[in-house]
Amino acid sequence: MSILIDKNTKVMTQGITGKTGAFHTRLCRDYANGKACFVAGVNPNKAGENFEGIPIFGSVKDAKERTGATVSVIYVPPPFAASAIDEAVDAGLDLVICITEGVPVRDMIATRKRMSGKKTLLIGPNCPGVITPDEIKIGIMPGHIHKKGRIGVVSRSGTLTYEAVGQLTELGLGQSTCVGIGGDPVNGMKHLDVMKLFNDDPGTDAVIMVGEIGGDDEETCARWMKDHMKKPVIGFIAGVTAPPGKRMGHAGAIISGGKGTAQEKLAVMEECGIKVTRNPAEMGKLLKSVL
Amino acid sequence: MNVHEYQGKEILRKYGVATPRGVPCFSVADADAAARELGGKVWVVKAQIHAGGRGKGGGVKVAKSLDEVHQFATAILGMTLVTHQTGPEGRLVKRLLVEEGADIRKELYVGMVVDRATQRVTLMASSEGGMEIEEVAAHSPEKIYKVAIDPDAGLTDAQADDVAGKIGVPAPLFPEARKFMHGLYRAFVECDASLAEINPLILTGDGKVLALDAKINFDANALFRHPDIVAMRDLDEEDPAEVEASKFDLAYISLNGNIGCLVNGAGLAMATMDTIKLFGAEPANFLDVGGGATTQKVTEAFKLMLKNPAVKGILVNIFGGIMRCDTIAEGVIAAAKEVKLSVPLVVRMKGTNEEIGKQMLKTSGLPIISADNMAEAAQKIVAAVAGK
Repeated sequence: MSILIDKNTKVMTQGITGKTGAFHTRLCRDYANGKACFVAGVNPNKAGENFEGIPIFGSVKDAKERTGATVSVIYVPPPFAASAIDEAVDAGLDLVICITEGVPVRDMIATRKRMSGKKTLLIGPNCPGVITPDEIKIGIMPGHIHKKGRIGVVSRSGTLTYEAVGQLTELGLGQSTCVGIGGDPVNGMKHLDVMKLFNDDPGTDAVIMVGEIGGDDEETCARWMKDHMKKPVIGFIAGVTAPPGKRMGHAGAIISGGKGTAQEKLAVMEECGIKVTRNPAEMGKLLKSVL
Repeated sequence: MNVHEYQGKEILRKYGVATPRGVPCFSVADADAAARELGGKVWVVKAQIHAGGRGKGGGVKVAKSLDEVHQFATAILGMTLVTHQTGPEGRLVKRLLVEEGADIRKELYVGMVVDRATQRVTLMASSEGGMEIEEVAAHSPEKIYKVAIDPDAGLTDAQADDVAGKIGVPAPLFPEARKFMHGLYRAFVECDASLAEINPLILTGDGKVLALDAKINFDANALFRHPDIVAMRDLDEEDPAEVEASKFDLAYISLNGNIGCLVNGAGLAMATMDTIKLFGAEPANFLDVGGGATTQKVTEAFKLMLKNPAVKGILVNIFGGIMRCDTIAEGVIAAAKEVKLSVPLVVRMKGTNEEIGKQMLKTSGLPIISADNMAEAAQKIVAAVAGK
């Protein structure tokens, strides 16, 4: 079992003909069941053509109707990314994963408002994507570090997620699904939304939650878990050494107005019964200790 | 991206927000001329730097004669202004704003931010103008009012009036206050701001609602839409190392420690800094080389880190993933040779062709120390820098 995606998921790529979209669609197609999963591409100027055998459609709606794809992954450039999400939402897809980094916040505010009341779930933008090991990979993460198993991973970061996954795999602990929710301040699913899915997934036994400075999503998730989470969760928060007022790479990773510090987040998580480590090299070990 | 107060006010005026009349000045002669041109009997001479707390640091003076304007402009221009936001090294004042004096009856606070929880622009207002909003939030949070603004409807008149009433604007001034808040909201949205603070917003004796100060930050991701705002960028106000880094598409932040770190990915970069601290040392910088850690990028990153004389050692932590470790090793070796590296270097690489990469480092003839994981890497560099 897994959350969000599995070997039967049908995916379309928005921005399949761009350099990044082409490169990663190829890697995803070559991973596990990818050949059967990646069924369509979207480019309004190249409808009727194909990308290495994957048919290209003029719109998300066409791609959905003709191939039955219910999930989309977006690699279009930042100025157009929010409208690409809008198109996927309007077409009624189940899930949209937006990899694009650098989407203006104002665009995302409008897109999130349009999404209210709609069924479509959004992961990202500015995220590595989602993978259910040995079944399907949607995004830019390296497939080979993953191993099929029963640990869930949810993280705001990219390479730090790979770090957590790498440690699990080295310890022989496989993953049910790994979700990179992205580092932007206004985005789709939060830690809490993903955690609820892991809680209800019979294929997940425990979860690693990786957070970073900025906002209070980790705290919100921790408070919910205190009363509702049935499975062990361990956590790490990046940015103990980050100074206030400085944006640490990710648009969302900034301590502002004295809020969103790593210490504060770690304290709330501990209060809520989550085991945390301050040593990112020990995320895997700590998870193993709570099984 | 940040702009100066006078630039923020220029932007706000375009959206109908009232401010005192003022002139930006780059010399004492400019200031003299500006005061004469503005006329009146009272002027305010304000240092223009990208940091708050200027008044307390002596960077804002009220002048009651043209002589005083001259005197204050002479004193402030060229001074090193130290405020709680500049750090102890302070900031050199190169620009002034000379404004007409205002008859202040009441000081209020109005700000706007993007609230992550509601995913909307939020108006924050308080009757406690002139104080830092963080202080108000800590001591009397009940005095801060917040309104989340629907992106489709915009700020409504009812919302604006409600906020105005709550922060103590008298009813006859509601239309002025409304105009102010609408203007601020439109400026915020249309210019892709990420934060705007008007502190204080003042009510004057002759019934005006004026922005006496203006602090605006802009969303870096949206600057492609605003060449006019990009043109306002003042590189003198930014850390030279950070400016240099941005030319090579590197995300770099200077810190106070002595161990330089070069990492791919923002989260992993922060985690690497944290690990260095965990083992008793302090990072000299945050540096994210991004996805494609090419030889050129790694070389530039090394040069940047080594420009900082405090750096006594370097830790490279790359989770290769899709990138191959032999490519990374090649980049690190080339960079170390080019900069004639003279401080200890610890490299931790993870990903495809890890063993080949490590072998390359080992046989490079360079004193590079390899590590298998983050903790080991941090311990090794901390020990090397301590001379153990």
